[in-house]
Amino acid sequence: MTAETISAPRHRPFRRPLFRRRSAIPGFGLTLGVTLTILSLIVLIPLSAVAIKASALSPSEFVAAAFSERAVAAYRLTFGAAFVAAVINGVFGVLTTWALVRYEFPGKAVVNALVDLPFALPTAVAGIALATLYAPNGWVGQYLTPLGIKAAYNPIGVTIALIFIGLPFVVRTLEPVMRDLSADVEEAAASLGAGRFDTILRVILPALGPAWLTGFALAFARGVGEYGSVIFIAGNMPYKSEIAPLLIIIQLEQFEYANAAAIALVMLAVSFLMLLIINAVQAWARRFS
Amino acid sequence: MAQSKARHPTEDPVWAKAVIIGLMLAFLGLVLILPLAAVFAEALRKGLGPALAAISNPDALAAVKLTLITAGIAVPFNAVFGLCAAWAIAKHEFPGKPLLITLIDLPFSVSPVVAGLIYVLVFGLQGWFGERLIDHDIKIIFAVPGIVLATIFVTFPFIARELIPLMQEQGVAEEEAAVSMGASGLYTFWRVTAPNVRWGLLYGVLLCNARAMGEFGAVSVVSGHIRGLTNTMPLHVEILYNEYDFVAAFAVAALLCLLAIVTLVLKGLLEIAQPDVKRGGGH
Amino acid sequence: MTISIRSVEKKFGRYPALNSVDLEIADGELVALLGPSGSGKTTLLRTIAGLEFPDAGQVLFEGQDVTFASAAARRVGFVFQQYALFKHMTVARNIAFGLDVRKGRDKPSKAEIKTRVEDLLKLVELEGLGGRYPSQLSGGQRQRVALSRALAVQPSVLLLDEPFGALDATVRKSLRKELRRVHDATGVTTIFVTHDQEEALELADRVAILNAGRIEQIGTPHEVHDHPATPFVCGFVGEANRFEGTVSGGRFTAGPVVLPAPGAADGPAIAFVRPHDLVLDAAGFAAKVDRVVIQGPLANVDARLPDGRRIEVCAARDDAASFTGEVTLSARRTHVFAA
Repeated sequence: MTAETISAPRHRPFRRPLFRRRSAIPGFGLTLGVTLTILSLIVLIPLSAVAIKASALSPSEFVAAAFSERAVAAYRLTFGAAFVAAVINGVFGVLTTWALVRYEFPGKAVVNALVDLPFALPTAVAGIALATLYAPNGWVGQYLTPLGIKAAYNPIGVTIALIFIGLPFVVRTLEPVMRDLSADVEEAAASLGAGRFDTILRVILPALGPAWLTGFALAFARGVGEYGSVIFIAGNMPYKSEIAPLLIIIQLEQFEYANAAAIALVMLAVSFLMLLIINAVQAWARRFS
Repeated sequence: MAQSKARHPTEDPVWAKAVIIGLMLAFLGLVLILPLAAVFAEALRKGLGPALAAISNPDALAAVKLTLITAGIAVPFNAVFGLCAAWAIAKHEFPGKPLLITLIDLPFSVSPVVAGLIYVLVFGLQGWFGERLIDHDIKIIFAVPGIVLATIFVTFPFIARELIPLMQEQGVAEEEAAVSMGASGLYTFWRVTAPNVRWGLLYGVLLCNARAMGEFGAVSVVSGHIRGLTNTMPLHVEILYNEYDFVAAFAVAALLCLLAIVTLVLKGLLEIAQPDVKRGGGH
Repeated sequence: MTISIRSVEKKFGRYPALNSVDLEIADGELVALLGPSGSGKTTLLRTIAGLEFPDAGQVLFEGQDVTFASAAARRVGFVFQQYALFKHMTVARNIAFGLDVRKGRDKPSKAEIKTRVEDLLKLVELEGLGGRYPSQLSGGQRQRVALSRALAVQPSVLLLDEPFGALDATVRKSLRKELRRVHDATGVTTIFVTHDQEEALELADRVAILNAGRIEQIGTPHEVHDHPATPFVCGFVGEANRFEGTVSGGRFTAGPVVLPAPGAADGPAIAFVRPHDLVLDAAGFAAKVDRVVIQGPLANVDARLPDGRRIEVCAARDDAASFTGEVTLSARRTHVFAA
């Protein structure tokens, strides 16, 4: 049978390892060590600087810096525009995903690739392009001006930029879920006598709920922090069209580091809250799968 | 139409399809396609000559060079980190894993401006190490190291979050098989794991690179905007735009658009050739 | 290679996967680890392989402590449940992997490796397929590649995790015989995990039956089937009718059912009767026949006791005609355990 031409390797004595083995696959200590070290040095320690710097302020100073009238106006604009943009993306994102998943039409591959444009296009480029388009004399703006609509250099402009930034989050979160919605569930609904509209309203949309909420939250969270695409189209008028990230930069330019850190801390708190909400929604969604 | 009566119960009527596709195209046109077209139109407003001149201007070339250097450091750095993190997380069991994954994802939820700010707070003049750095004549903020650090931060999770689910899905059996036959850890990684994750890695690198080259907010905070020295391409676009040199601004922007288009084409091709790569990543 | 497992314990989180397991395996034996899912059989196999490491206890190879030695140092050949073939390597490269990774003096020449791979392909009847990729093979062929890859390193022990689990019934049967043939040809100590009792009983020299992280019994297929040591083994290996009742004076009684229980202590007890141990007997207990199913040479009878409980009887096909309406049965053999 098997010719014994190859001898077994030399006998090596079994040594007891220094510490108890946990896994048969090597490299755990090394890779986890590298991971934790880099994570701490690049992300965690620098992020903690915000809290430490802000804690140099007394409570009243902190409130004065983080919740000044100007800062509150900036938060209102930032969160409001991000919310409206996420809602609009929520509506058109569902339509877009539905068309991409369910229909065949010419140019579908191009549309599909284009949806990811906001991921790939530098935000500053998007910013100057949108500002040019929606300015009163721009390609689109010139048709809005006679209607009395001003779409740039005000909160509407901010919202337009955040729609651009947020769209792929909604589409790409919905897409796999919509694809996995098996046709037989719909066929079952149809066979039970549900009309098409009923099926969509009572079977399909509820099944998309958690993914929609996740996509909405991701788009909102990204919009809250967005800077590059917004500043060109925002107008940046204090109290009117000034977003919170810009306020941080203004404080920095005036060397008010602690004030900048205070505003940053508020934004970080909102980010963490969004992260918690997203994780909770996803944990909730997993119960159905 | 007689045909529509016989349509499958899960298929929408033709008019509904037309309305949905029409709405989608109108929306995408206003939000995505027109801006893209506007960049090229504005860049070529005075013909090809001025656009090319703007790109070959020494300051523009310096910006291109700095952008390439930044991405050239940040992307490999994040690739090494992503591979380490994915190996530890996907191939081993340990408590606190979900927390670690959340922490790796954290930079996605942080505003780019805050990402820049934190490095100013650590390395800036009034920062933790500010004075010590001056004593040793090391410049991080308003210099290339700060730009690289800020870029690493904002692109930090890209490759890791592409690789972790991919490697988790592939399980550990092949690695266990290799190890049980006497392969070392490194040999197992190169000969068994790497061939299984190379397309996912490439996908992550592609997205990471696009963001690294295009990052604006974080880099803007730490750069200092010194022409020819600490300006990346997106920052150069901003300066030109604010100086009302629109043709030049859009010419450099068009270059960045081409980068985005190439990225999207490669990404699309990868998704067609290797459907496995398309996962939760990409944000 | 003799293998000793001594008081091995292993927990996953709070869930105990192995609970003080002892097992001795002789050189050249073919042993099956049989049990339901979650019984710890795969964990035990992986502990022997060096893919899991126990919380307590020892694993000895030839009397030497290898509890924390790596799989490679133990020289085990492991066949994974889903085979874990390297997708991007040809069949030949897969089989050669364990030889390719050797270094220096231990590394065979290219020609030696080639010969070895060809010998192994011949052994598992896959000659000429060395250039294919795993994706181009059928399930049964992949299983054979996995087996020859494990054998290529001349392992001191061959370990197989549910080796036939992913295959359909006909392929399973032929590969079962194949594994026995390969074992007899190579003489390597072999341990395999299965949840399929038929597979274990047909293939193995000895069968270890696991339940909830413990070994309930180890013995030859004949022993575990005919002389089950515990109620679990009796219920798990082979078909059995189960009765809960009491023993009194060498007789087991459960409602209308009375069974001989020689030597059993008085008190509450559980009795098992194999379907083929039930025979027609005018002096036995009454049952009503519901249905008779002919399966080849056998007649499987579904019957009901007067109190409504169902029992199964297995008789020769020729006797099928006797099982109509009311019958009386008695047991030729019973297994009685104190409850």
